[in-house]
Amino acid sequence: MATATTSDTTEAQLSFRRPSGARTVKNALATVYVGVATLLALIPLVWVLWTVVSKGARLVFSSTWWLESQRGITPRREGGGAYHAIVGTLEIGLICAVIAVPLGVLGAIFLVEYARGTRAARVVSFTVDILSGIPSIVAALFVYALVITILGFGRSAVAVALSLVLLMLPVVLRSTEEMLKLVPDSLREASYALGVPKWKTILQVVIPTSFGGISTGVMLGLARVMGETAPLLILVSYAVGINFSPTSATMGSLPTMINAGRDVAPGLPGYDRTWAAALTLIIIVMLLNLVARGIARATKLKEK
Amino acid sequence: MTDTTRRAGDESRSGTVEAVADPLAHTPVGAPVHETGAVDDPAFRTPEAADPALSPVHDAVTSHSPTQVVEEHRWAARAVSLARPAQASPTEPPAERAGTGVKLATISRTGDLVFGGITRGTAVLLVLLVAFVGIFLLALALPSIRADHDSFLFSRSWQVSGDLRFGILGLLWTTVLSSLVALVIAVPVAVGVALSLTQYLPRRVAGPVAFLVDLLAAVPSIIYGLWGLIVFGPFIAPVGTWIAGVLGFVPLFRPVSDPKSTVFVAGIVLAIMILPIITAISRNVFEQTPRDQVEAALALGATRWEVIRTSVLPYGRSGVISASMLGLGRALGETIAVLIILSQPAPGSPFTSSIFAGGETFASKIANNASEFDTPSKTGAYIAAGLVLFVVTFVVNALARVVAERGVK
Repeated sequence: MATATTSDTTEAQLSFRRPSGARTVKNALATVYVGVATLLALIPLVWVLWTVVSKGARLVFSSTWWLESQRGITPRREGGGAYHAIVGTLEIGLICAVIAVPLGVLGAIFLVEYARGTRAARVVSFTVDILSGIPSIVAALFVYALVITILGFGRSAVAVALSLVLLMLPVVLRSTEEMLKLVPDSLREASYALGVPKWKTILQVVIPTSFGGISTGVMLGLARVMGETAPLLILVSYAVGINFSPTSATMGSLPTMINAGRDVAPGLPGYDRTWAAALTLIIIVMLLNLVARGIARATKLKEK
Repeated sequence: MTDTTRRAGDESRSGTVEAVADPLAHTPVGAPVHETGAVDDPAFRTPEAADPALSPVHDAVTSHSPTQVVEEHRWAARAVSLARPAQASPTEPPAERAGTGVKLATISRTGDLVFGGITRGTAVLLVLLVAFVGIFLLALALPSIRADHDSFLFSRSWQVSGDLRFGILGLLWTTVLSSLVALVIAVPVAVGVALSLTQYLPRRVAGPVAFLVDLLAAVPSIIYGLWGLIVFGPFIAPVGTWIAGVLGFVPLFRPVSDPKSTVFVAGIVLAIMILPIITAISRNVFEQTPRDQVEAALALGATRWEVIRTSVLPYGRSGVISASMLGLGRALGETIAVLIILSQPAPGSPFTSSIFAGGETFASKIANNASEFDTPSKTGAYIAAGLVLFVVTFVVNALARVVAERGVK
């Protein structure tokens, strides 16, 4: 192409020209667009957090908040705390984790260590995808159908925990799966080469190596289920008093405490308690998230 | 790795122990290294582990997948031990070697059978669990659907005590409408955020911003609901009223009910809730744009926006679509925020298609009436609604996977 015909314009062609006006304008508009989008995305977070903290902080930092329940306290009365709800939320989360974590980890071990690349792995993986898309209300309805209608048990915190298992399981399983995949094969091979059986290799080499990542997944799963409200509405009644028994039909919890107080008029003491409960829930969930991220950062396995 | 394994074969037993510790020592700082691990296992004390004759086998083995390794290793161990039974270590209790002397295989088989069986059982349980969700919901919903005197799919009424006359059309409309409002708002914002995180902001700033956007996903939905009801609804209501005033002649924008608790407000709150999902996935896809495509565009003199339009967006399109579908799936099933924000229309009030009206979604209808689950036929009607929600979210999520997989090829 660079023949004599173009030689006289070569200099002009080679000189670096700024893009034409329309292109510069478009480029600037695009920059404005992504900037505005980023700001728009951050506004709700700041706004929500600010609202909750400014309205709830006063009560949350009082000592009675963490030590007393709402028994005998009406929206018009000062006092009382969220102890009953915190106990309920933690207890339900714990029961859920005790069931969901072993299932999730074993399922991930199956996918990565036993069935990698097989048809069975694809089927299981597909069902986990479905499970991760199930709305919490459907999970709650399923447990209602199974535990209450078919098996004939009453409503209870255990039923709530069972429905939360359905929501926590895919989170734990997927993150464990990712972590197990990151464990270098050389570790497994070294173990096999020394005559260690496969199950012992998994339990004593692979799992300890990926332990940090697995606990991150567990924390994130817990954070997700602790904030769920729908199963609590269907599967257990809200109790204002302290109750430690997970099998009784009533149980306090932070989400249902907020829900119960959502229509209290501003200015009444109950209104402040609703926001304080919201702040308590955010503190618990954010704490779990931050701990999870901390663990993830501290124990990060580098990709090969 | 080959070096280490060869050393394991070449050296004496102490060398073997070192070789076990060696690969573990390569794990990054902070990764827990087990102390009472495999080294103490009697299996290591077998003569084969320290036998020089095994080293070529180890070399061959390292290039295979773990399962193959196990099989080949067992086979090799058996062959070696059969070939030289007399060379057994004196520390080995003779009783354990009785018979063939194929010790490795015997040990590993029981443990592996049990452990492998447990993991397989878990996998089967998982598959059954998901199947049961569908089956049980269907089993409890069918009698009520059969007894329904109205068209289940095309009726908007919801009368579940006494004579069953219920249909899902009204619920479906509000559910889909609120989710679509959420999607229309969330997708452009999420794509913008993902672009700015991957193409504009320096890495130092992008990390914290991405973290903050991810935190949006950590806020429980009940708190979005409370915030939407008390703070955001009253704030955005004038905007809704203004839009309704300008575009009110279109049925979709006709002002119907209290502007603080409309589908419009619920849709915006839903948009905030699904924003982090769509952003995170889009960000991942945009990050994977082939470097040479970006550089080719830059070499041709493209502006930053032209690089995005010609290489980043086409590459990430299927990822963004898939992410939006996943977000849609989440929005469709969201319960408590929608329940709190939307005003429930009085029973028997006429149908309205407007986004400036209240309404009930599948999830909010079910959650709001949970105390009414007293007779099987009544419960069945709500479970039927839940079943439809399950099917709709399933289809949306499955489509998201299909789009994502097609995009990869």
